[in-house]
Amino acid sequence: MFPGEFEYHRATSTDEAVRLLADNDGAKLLAGGHSLLPMMKLRLAVPTVLVDIGSIEELAFVRQDNGDLVIGSMTTHADIAASETVAAGHGALAEAAASIGDVQVRNLGTIGGSLAHADPAADYAAAALALDAQIEVLGPDGERSIAAADFFAGLLTTSLAPAELITGVRFPGAGGATSVYEKFAQPASGFAIVGVAAEIKADGGSCAAARIAATGISDRPVRLSQVEAALVGAALDDDGIAAAAEHADAGLTDVRSDMYAAQDYRRHLLGVLVRRAVTRAGS
Amino acid sequence: MTRIKMTRIRMSVNGVEHTHEVEARTLLVHFLRETLGLTGAHVGCETSICGACTVLIGGRAVKSCTRLAVQADGAEITTIEGLASDDELHPLQQSFWDDHGLQCGFCTPGTILAAHDLLTRNADPDDAEIRHALEGNLCRCTGYQNIVKAVRSAAASMREAGGTT
Ligand SMILES: Cc1cc2nc3c(=O)[nH]c(=O)nc-3n(C[C@H](O)[C@H](O)[C@H](O)COP(=O)(O)OP(=O)(O)OC[C@H]3O[C@@H](n4cnc5c(N)ncnc54)[C@H](O)[C@@H]3O)c2cc1C
Ligand code: FES
Ligand code: FES
Repeated sequence: MFPGEFEYHRATSTDEAVRLLADNDGAKLLAGGHSLLPMMKLRLAVPTVLVDIGSIEELAFVRQDNGDLVIGSMTTHADIAASETVAAGHGALAEAAASIGDVQVRNLGTIGGSLAHADPAADYAAAALALDAQIEVLGPDGERSIAAADFFAGLLTTSLAPAELITGVRFPGAGGATSVYEKFAQPASGFAIVGVAAEIKADGGSCAAARIAATGISDRPVRLSQVEAALVGAALDDDGIAAAAEHADAGLTDVRSDMYAAQDYRRHLLGVLVRRAVTRAGS
Repeated sequence: MTRIKMTRIRMSVNGVEHTHEVEARTLLVHFLRETLGLTGAHVGCETSICGACTVLIGGRAVKSCTRLAVQADGAEITTIEGLASDDELHPLQQSFWDDHGLQCGFCTPGTILAAHDLLTRNADPDDAEIRHALEGNLCRCTGYQNIVKAVRSAAASMREAGGTT
């Protein structure tokens, strides 16, 4: 299986990459290639021009900036999973990265590529939404920042403009909260049937703040606001968490059903994973 | 018909420098097998699942069926052909032999290279860590028991040889 023909450019800077995208209709960025190349082999994607950003070294980094955690778009899943800086305050992100595919996939796949691809079961999607990430973008008109809540626009669709490139992802400091990621993976593909990221700030035995998001449930990641509302002020014990988790699928209308899991089963899993995630993050 | 545009790439494979012109859509696994004649990287599923095409790029295991040859321009690549030295098998190759870690051998080069990536990061992995590291390598005949055993004994002999514990 070969990809179709395309013209290949290796960009040496983000400006050059954006210019190549803007100048070439049908051009696509190539990052780790672990979503794009499989799609090209199947002719589900037929870009005429590929702009390889793999050798732009300044896009691969993990750093603290004014209390925020910032991750370069070309940072691999393996490097995010192994980073102590990430694990220290943003456990959900580290655990999501570590749960992706297998070693070989994590060695090449990137966070920027995963977010831009917007697979409805992508693991980072839940973490980005729960941790209130800002997607930092460069386009022909300059830089802008898109909140994760506004970024995912549907199945394999984002609010990126055609000539925009993700440069990095910014996560606010944890501010004393703990976050985790719980995933129920499809055993063959490793993709999430349902994945839940939870960030909990505990105060004594009760919940002071909660942000919870799920992937695999719908055509895009969903925020579970009703669980969050039920948790705040509640005791972080088995009963308090179970009561809040009952709201897990409240208000969700377009829960996916496919050959791996029926809608009812996904709703059930969602409640189970919310319970597990909140229990771990709140303890 | 328009002439196909070729891209010049340079890479080090098993310590030898190679320069070639390739079509941009050439997959790394085909470049290694067909242009360089290194047929140890196998083509199994072609869909990034089975791991038979695993090679090391800069010491990290990657699936060469999901990498363009042009993306590997400038890279340092190790294939199974590069592991043995001076007629002496690499400890992983020796232990796969000794511990019956293979039957047909189709998955073996990829599995050994994925194990190699693990052992450079973790000299003393437990069974769960070995299994986790080999999640991207499917074997259809040996079963994983002896593969895990072989990686464990290779790790032990590499630690001994390296003088570490
Ligand atoms: C066997 C296998 C198992 C997998 N399992 C999982 C899993 O369990 N969970 C999971 O979440 N994912 C999984 N994936 C997907 C994997 O995480 C991909 O690495 C990821 O989705 C895409 O990242 P990439 O760097 O490979 O991007 P590419 O494939 O290079 O690009 C993907 C898309 O994003 C665009 N793009 C890339 N970089 C940028 C950028 N900086 N700015 C704007 N657009 C950009 C490209 O143009 C393309 O459209 C799996 C993949 C494989 C092959
Ligand atoms: S041939 Fe590359 S993963 Fe199967
Ligand atoms: S030894 Fe035959 S597939 Fe593994």
